[in-house]
Amino acid sequence: MTNTVVRRVLPPVVLGLVALLVWELGVTLARIQPYLLPAPSAIGKQLAVVFPSLWVAMLATGLNALIGLVVGSLMAIVFALLASRVRVIDHIIAPIVAAIAVVPIVALAPVLTTMFGATSESPRRVIVAIVVFVPVFVNTVRGLRQMLPVHRDLMQAYAASNWQVTRMVTVPGALPYIFTGLNIASSLAVISAVVAEYFGGLQNGLGSRITSAAANSAYPRAWAYVLGAIVLGLIFFTATLAIEKLATRRR
Amino acid sequence: MSAVDVIGVSKSFAVKKATVVALDDVSLTVKAGEFVSLIGPSGCGKSTLLRLIAELDSPTSGSIAVFGKTARQARLDQSYGIVFQSAGLLPWRSIAANIELPLTLHGVSRTARRERVAELVELVGLTEFASSYPEQLSGGMQQRVAIARALAERPGLLLMDEPFGALDEMTRERMQAELVRMCAETAAAVIFVTHSIPEAVFLSDRVVVMSPRPGRIRAVIDIALGDVRGEKLREEESFFAGVTAVREALHGAPESTAATNAARGVDSR
Amino acid sequence: MSRLRAVVFGVVGIVLLGVLWEAYKAFGPAAGFSAFNTQLLPRTSDLAMPHLVDMLTRTVQPTNSSADSQPVWLAVALACLSSLGTAAVGLAIGAIVGFGFALLMLRFRIAQAAVLPWLVLSQTVPLIALAPLIVAWGGRIQIGAFAWDRWMSVAVIASYLALFPVAVGALRGLQSPQVAHVELMRSYAAGWWTTLVYLRLPASVPYLISALRLAAASAIVGTVVAEVSTGAKGGIGRLIIEYAQSGSSDPTKAFSPIAGAVLMGLAAAAIVALVGLSLGRFRRNEVAT
Repeated sequence: MTNTVVRRVLPPVVLGLVALLVWELGVTLARIQPYLLPAPSAIGKQLAVVFPSLWVAMLATGLNALIGLVVGSLMAIVFALLASRVRVIDHIIAPIVAAIAVVPIVALAPVLTTMFGATSESPRRVIVAIVVFVPVFVNTVRGLRQMLPVHRDLMQAYAASNWQVTRMVTVPGALPYIFTGLNIASSLAVISAVVAEYFGGLQNGLGSRITSAAANSAYPRAWAYVLGAIVLGLIFFTATLAIEKLATRRR
Repeated sequence: MSAVDVIGVSKSFAVKKATVVALDDVSLTVKAGEFVSLIGPSGCGKSTLLRLIAELDSPTSGSIAVFGKTARQARLDQSYGIVFQSAGLLPWRSIAANIELPLTLHGVSRTARRERVAELVELVGLTEFASSYPEQLSGGMQQRVAIARALAERPGLLLMDEPFGALDEMTRERMQAELVRMCAETAAAVIFVTHSIPEAVFLSDRVVVMSPRPGRIRAVIDIALGDVRGEKLREEESFFAGVTAVREALHGAPESTAATNAARGVDSR
Repeated sequence: MSRLRAVVFGVVGIVLLGVLWEAYKAFGPAAGFSAFNTQLLPRTSDLAMPHLVDMLTRTVQPTNSSADSQPVWLAVALACLSSLGTAAVGLAIGAIVGFGFALLMLRFRIAQAAVLPWLVLSQTVPLIALAPLIVAWGGRIQIGAFAWDRWMSVAVIASYLALFPVAVGALRGLQSPQVAHVELMRSYAAGWWTTLVYLRLPASVPYLISALRLAAASAIVGTVVAEVSTGAKGGIGRLIIEYAQSGSSDPTKAFSPIAGAVLMGLAAAAIVALVGLSLGRFRRNEVAT
């Protein structure tokens, strides 16, 4: 037990601490200008100063990411169920999803802003929903398709109804795949919620705080907000992991 | 000089705090050109012994010599060729390129390589497939390629770890007959790990019967069926007698008279 | 055959999306739909949702009223090419450095133990948020005759987004050979480098291709976002913002650069797919034996 902790946890922690130390010393000793890279201590100081507004911005961005994530994932799962039943829907959606996966969806932000209005929260949420749709849909479809032939034959032998097969075999089998998609989606949700603000629209989240701080040459402050975005990303990721643990333990 | 000398070799693995003794004080000598099978239930250490000779693992104690050299030197000198249960062909190389691989790695010239590959595909009867890719071949054909690859550098020793284990029975018997023919042509010593009693008897000069936990040699059975072994042999009395002898040694039953007839010089330990 | 079918159905899908757009515009409420103080469905005025035909006609008209202005499609195409070039530079740097990381982690266990968790973690956090900060390098660094240009900041952002998928994918690919293959190389007394060249590199190709596909998409997103934050001239990101700002007087114009960005993403994916096709030999799967 302790042995695995030493082997698996120690190296990354040591590397992280060393990197932090080199960063701090390097910036101080080599007199690197803050626009290039502010020292961790300077970022930490700013973090304490801006914490109230950072908290507000994190809540705004976090809410956008959460709503987009939930809506986009639900739609993805519904469409995946449809696609696994109706061939034509699968044929039509699959290429569109493949295309969305390689396209910069955030670029839609400006037109969504004109469509919903500049004071609306919706554009960022729509973007998050579209972005998370892709991994959840792809993985759910994969999960629904991987039913083992032996299970299918077994259900057939029991003369199980379509709904019974879905409930007893298909969905439980697909669950791990759905969570794989959700894990990816949770990170993407925060990333796109932050970045969408770079493209205009309502300016109350982390993205706009980062740009405005950078525009005012307040670099340590901008880094503090970036740190906030990173923490938000980690919160989303670990929350999805926790839900996955909960859901899989019950079975 | 003997091909392989295994003297008092033991091997133990650490598995989750417990120590598993895979081999316990095993000694075995294989003469040049001799065909020796290792047979026994799973966990008896027969594959481990083969891997030690190939120096894919090293023994906990004891010594192994291959043609009078250490196992490590023998590997560096390419004194042996090896065939695994899976053919292990590189999917992106053609059949010819797969057979050529060890020659390429050891700096053999292009013309020499081409000649040798032509001989080898001929030997294993795959001349018309030389430019095909592994995925286009059946399992049996892939395993023949693996054997050709193992013979590429004319080793004096061929190590085979259940090479026909994944093949169906019909293919398996055909491959055994071909292996007998190839061994006659190359005069290499063979150490052959198998689960199958008829296979061991059909192929071998001697069958080494092993027992598990800890892995030990239980008996060594001479199979005096001659050098020329055709399909007809499988239906002869002497073949059945060999099979019976090996089976009884495996199960630890007393020797029947039929067994002692064929298996002269049973060396029970 | 299935490829053709995918294209046909893809076109059907796009047409359906277009029909949906026009149908909502025709029958949806003019002010959209709001609930709980939130605009849930968009407004349908010509300003908010122009007709598709108008968007298309706008692309062939000149960008502005001056006599020598280019048609919109040409301006968009040129901007896309410029951004594609920047993204390609970023992707190349990111892929090379990422592959270097993978080799390092393959060679030294301790490096893998220390670096891999950070690489995995970095994919779950919005590193792209750093874009406005790296942009600040523009015009400030000067080493001899070398001056840091804004497009280089853009390429740096694209490259660090491309680095992570390549590093993780390449490592997985380099470690993908079966035990039998590794032991075969050992039985040939082949060293680390020989094993790398003859076994691990060829075996990693399928993983590298899918990693590159991800990396290319990331590099494109990174480029567009970075161009938005830098306002680097010439790129498609700048054009998206610029045309969107003229939205109230010229609403159809804003759609062209977005379509351009979409096509750019598809083009990048197609280029990676072509590279993958040319390496088809390394993507055969061995028949299970």
